[in-house]
Amino acid sequence: MAHHTITLTVNGETEVVTVPAHMTLLEMIREELALTGTKNGCASGECGACTVLFNGEPVNSCMVLAVEADGATVTTVEGLAHDHQLDPLQEAFVESGAVQCGFCTPGMLISSKALLLRAPNPSDDEIREALVGNLCRCTGYVRIVDGVKKAVKIAAQSEE
Amino acid sequence: MALNPTPGLPPFEYIKPASLAEASAFLAEHAGEARPFMGGTDTFVRMRDKAWHDKFVVDVKNLEGMRNITFDPQNGLTIGAAVNMNQVAASPFAQEHYPLLVEAARSVASYQLRSRATIVGNICNASPAGDTLGASILLGGVLHVYGVDGERDEPLSEFFHGPGKTNLKPGDIATAVHFPLPPADAVGRYIKLNRNNDGDLAIVGVTVLGYPDSATASGFRFKIALASVAPVPLIATAAEDILANSPITDDTITAAAQAAMDASTPISDTRGSAEYRKLMVRNLVKRAVSDVWGKLQG
Ligand SMILES: Cc1cc2nc3c(=O)[nH]c(=O)nc-3n(C[C@H](O)[C@H](O)[C@H](O)COP(=O)(O)OP(=O)(O)OC[C@H]3O[C@@H](n4cnc5c(N)ncnc54)[C@H](O)[C@@H]3O)c2cc1C
Ligand code: FES
Ligand code: FES
Repeated sequence: MAHHTITLTVNGETEVVTVPAHMTLLEMIREELALTGTKNGCASGECGACTVLFNGEPVNSCMVLAVEADGATVTTVEGLAHDHQLDPLQEAFVESGAVQCGFCTPGMLISSKALLLRAPNPSDDEIREALVGNLCRCTGYVRIVDGVKKAVKIAAQSEE
Repeated sequence: MALNPTPGLPPFEYIKPASLAEASAFLAEHAGEARPFMGGTDTFVRMRDKAWHDKFVVDVKNLEGMRNITFDPQNGLTIGAAVNMNQVAASPFAQEHYPLLVEAARSVASYQLRSRATIVGNICNASPAGDTLGASILLGGVLHVYGVDGERDEPLSEFFHGPGKTNLKPGDIATAVHFPLPPADAVGRYIKLNRNNDGDLAIVGVTVLGYPDSATASGFRFKIALASVAPVPLIATAAEDILANSPITDDTITAAAQAAMDASTPISDTRGSAEYRKLMVRNLVKRAVSDVWGKLQG
């Protein structure tokens, strides 16, 4: 079975990894890079727990081959905080009680991050639409939507 | 045996050809054990479920032109095979001239799935539930195909033969889907009935495109495609004829909706029974045609 050696940037670090062709990006992130923030909920594109930014766009990392990431830039939930400072979304999720068991949270944060990158001040409908592919069995979603709205406020305050 | 609810993919080889010619030759030589992929959102699920057993997956999405989306005011829109659904939905040309295609693309799964899933993959996969198939057919879509015998065009109106069955042959690679300019003042609508809004396939999907047409008795032409009610995307021709031949009234629309229902031959599955699907065809065709009719009248 052929292996492929790929070079990619993950959370700002250059990584060189050798992977079998059928390894998913999700498996590589968790097993090879030991970044276990990204979760495996369904391995079939349905739950969104594995969502990462792939060249700036959110993808289900269980639906991408690791070899396809050669030359790519990937951001996982571990890459959201900078200089011991949480991302406004992380801060807002904590403050809003948007986290219960936490299994969906990394995917929720990444999908929300992607949303705010393309629409810095989203409507409630836009938030819900952006999170359609992220399932949560705990919170009932209301606090997650609140969290995204709060993050917009936190980001605006820190810019003032 | 330990239960593993989320198994990995079975082993296969990953091939990244340097040209379409190389890709096509490889696919032809390995007919039945190699497949091209774009977003892989059908491919990887089917392989994981052990429904597909390919030894090779052939990654052609980085070949020249595959990621281009171009609009020509005379000729229309050309969407490279590897352009994902979010890129189509965000294209100002698609939004302005082909809003029906945008509406259909946006109904697929979730945002993150759509940043991988492609319209060409949806077409080549040929699931009767494919959300963008109806719009692609009604808008006169033509698939550009590169095969072992060279390039050819496949009009989508004659492309589908059954679930997963199309005019594509081993060695064929779809490079783009092209849409001519839509008829003047056309209005479209896609109504997708599903159990929830999270990446669920259509129980029934109704696509309608209507536009003024001086050649018909009613002065209008309606085109209607139905998803998930037949082995292929179903064009409801009897319903279309009713709307062409009689003045458009509530009664005409009701008669057309009934004709669409009568033409449907759905199966029963976990998403809905055949009876339910047929009734929903009637109700949703009525709703979609009424919506389009309302907008056509301004
Ligand atoms: C969680 C989930 C939810 C989904 N929800 C929906 C939904 O709501 N609506 C819907 O319509 N679909 C849905 N799908 C199915 C799938 O996402 C779509 O059919 C998608 O458009 C497929 O595109 P792709 O680029 O990922 O295809 P791929 O998986 O890359 O390819 C699909 C098929 O087409 C062939 N193919 C691909 N590209 C080419 C080419 N260039 N030339 C020749 N053959 C080619 C492949 O060999 C394969 O047989 C869903 C899938 C998942 C996993
Ligand atoms: S693990 Fe990828 S979507 Fe569920
Ligand atoms: S917090 Fe438990 S799944 Fe969302």
